Amino acid sequence: MAELTYREAVAAGIAQEMARDPNVVFLGEDVAAAGGVFKATVGLLEQFGPRRVRDTPISEQAILGAAMGAAMTGLRPIAEIMFSDFLAVCWDIVANEIAKTRYMTAGQVTLPLVIRTANGGGSRFGAQHSQSVENWAMAVPGLKVVAPSNPADVKGLLAAAIRDDDPVVFFEHKSLYAVKGEVPDGEHIERLGTAKVLRDGRDVTVLALAAMVPKALAAAERLAAEHRIEATVIDVRSLVPLDTETILREVVKTGRVATVEENPRLCGWGAEIASIVAEECFWDLDAPIVRITTPHVPLPSADNLEDATVPTVERIVATLRQAID
Amino acid sequence: MPASAKRKGPSEPHAPEEAAKSRNGHAGHEVDPGLLLKFYRDMLLIRRFEERAGQLYGMGLIGGFCHLYIGQEAVVVGLQHALKDGDRVVTTYRDHGHMLACGMDPKGVMAELTGRRTGYSKGKGGSMHMFSREKNFYGGHGIVGASVPIGTGLGFAAKYTGSDAIAVTYFGDGAVNQGQVHESMNMAALWHLPVLYVIENNKYGMGTSVERASASKELFRVGCYAGVPGEQTDGMDVVAVHEAGRKAVDYIRSGQGPRILEMQTYRYRGHSMSDPAKYRSRDEVTRMRTERDPIDHAGRLLLAAGTVTEDKLKEIDREVRAAVAEAAEFAQNSPEPDPAELYTDVLVPA
Ligand SMILES: Cc1ncc(C[n+]2csc(CCOP(=O)(O)OP(=O)(O)O)c2C)c(N)n1
Ligand SMILES: [Mg+2]
Repeated sequence: MAELTYREAVAAGIAQEMARDPNVVFLGEDVAAAGGVFKATVGLLEQFGPRRVRDTPISEQAILGAAMGAAMTGLRPIAEIMFSDFLAVCWDIVANEIAKTRYMTAGQVTLPLVIRTANGGGSRFGAQHSQSVENWAMAVPGLKVVAPSNPADVKGLLAAAIRDDDPVVFFEHKSLYAVKGEVPDGEHIERLGTAKVLRDGRDVTVLALAAMVPKALAAAERLAAEHRIEATVIDVRSLVPLDTETILREVVKTGRVATVEENPRLCGWGAEIASIVAEECFWDLDAPIVRITTPHVPLPSADNLEDATVPTVERIVATLRQAID
Repeated sequence: MPASAKRKGPSEPHAPEEAAKSRNGHAGHEVDPGLLLKFYRDMLLIRRFEERAGQLYGMGLIGGFCHLYIGQEAVVVGLQHALKDGDRVVTTYRDHGHMLACGMDPKGVMAELTGRRTGYSKGKGGSMHMFSREKNFYGGHGIVGASVPIGTGLGFAAKYTGSDAIAVTYFGDGAVNQGQVHESMNMAALWHLPVLYVIENNKYGMGTSVERASASKELFRVGCYAGVPGEQTDGMDVVAVHEAGRKAVDYIRSGQGPRILEMQTYRYRGHSMSDPAKYRSRDEVTRMRTERDPIDHAGRLLLAAGTVTEDKLKEIDREVRAAVAEAAEFAQNSPEPDPAELYTDVLVPA
């Protein structure tokens, strides 16, 4: 095991796959010479050269369109969209082209490509650089959607996304880039579409994603220590495919479920899970489903306002206490 | 590109000759010393404001992004003085200088940078997103290229309502490669919209130089296909900027449609406060600062004309510093936003 930061795990995942498959190419804005604005791709240019690791102009439509064209003919491009907010600039290519190609070609053309992007708030970057848009991607049929919470998953899930034959939108969380964690040595690959149970508890099942995972875990520890409430915490990891088997199993065990979501409330990913839980195991529930989300507002820039948007450990603790008491 | 190929561009009549002329430093342009003094003061205000913003960022009083305009002051100041009341302005996230040049209050700008309730957006916008309807300043946009279609719409509305206002739309050298820039140019040309497109070519888009991002280095020709005439101007020479701006504005206001000005300029600081700017040499930056500084240049012109003394320039600096200090103090003493503001202004109240 080596200790890597979340950002180092990004580079490690890409490097592992580029070394193994010459069809993997990587393109994006300031990803090569500068090593990425979040320094998540440092060293790749040096290791794999400018033919495979390419700086592009600030042209998101061309970046994703070119990735798609290249993927249609067998390359495995990894395209970076610097901030997930900028997906809106090239959403046509994502939603109308990439997501629909396999279907519209009746399976003749698959698109083995990965769109990596830095998602999420907490950095005072304001309304156009802080959004959590994982629910946008989740809403479009034909995409896989992944959002890791720790370095080992970054490497393993990114590698899996690159090897996967379908298009994967891979949401990295910008407030996690500096977080350190153990990453298995040697080749490391995880299975897409699997959630992970991180903590076992009898009272409530908490579902979290990306930066909300460490917060949900911290909240669970506090609930246990201070209020004798024992929570199961699940890292959802993949929104599409969704590991409903694990989720429903764990919900049934506790009879209570809460989601912790960074996306704005309306149509956030937890709404879909709530609907599945209600349909599949309504009679196993002991209490209404709880959703802890960012309110349905654009993200403000000022410290106190932004701190009041994204769910915090305090808010998770307080909400769950109230729901359970 | 051979000269003959260049000649085919619709931008040709205004391009190389004028660019060459203005690069020689306003040769031939007479400027009223009173106006030049205003340029000087306005540029210095932006410089000192930005230096202070940089300090406050270092002290942790400004969070998130902070993109300084230091080095580029001549562009917005020269152009703003070529406009008249009612003209509209829209720009990117590198917006502090534009707001000051539009006459917005340094206090309100600094307060927004520091996330206070007295800021232009009550702390909700931040450094990249400020607006003033009163001053016809329409932001402050964080998506590269977005100012271009928005400015096109500002021009459309002016024309539609029969106003003679024009819209000045600023964007960077990096933004030129966004699809929406090209869509906008065509629409503006097709509808003869009163839009001045200003490319602030500061040589870099984040860590990528123009050479590494653009197949053609002639950014002023970006509207060629649509027939939007463009020219290159020395953006470190406020007199040349003003002169080019005046001509372009006259042309646009007379109803002949949009124009492009590519301002050759330079940013002294990193892309934002977190950028150590390792992609360029110290030498390059030092050379620009010592040889091409727009404020020094204007100061030299003033002194050479004999209309002001060194003492007068120092006095202006003191006044400007005082205004900036007042803005910083105001910002620091302002309360943080009212938490209830989080939920207001999402939609118009029913
Ligand atoms: C659509 C989009 N892509 C990428 C970015 C990230 N980004 C912010 S500024 C910038 C560089 C822009 O360079 P330029 O247009 O030259 O303007 P400058 O910063 O030099 O003023 C980039 C890539 C963004 N904000 N929006
Ligand atoms: Mg630039």
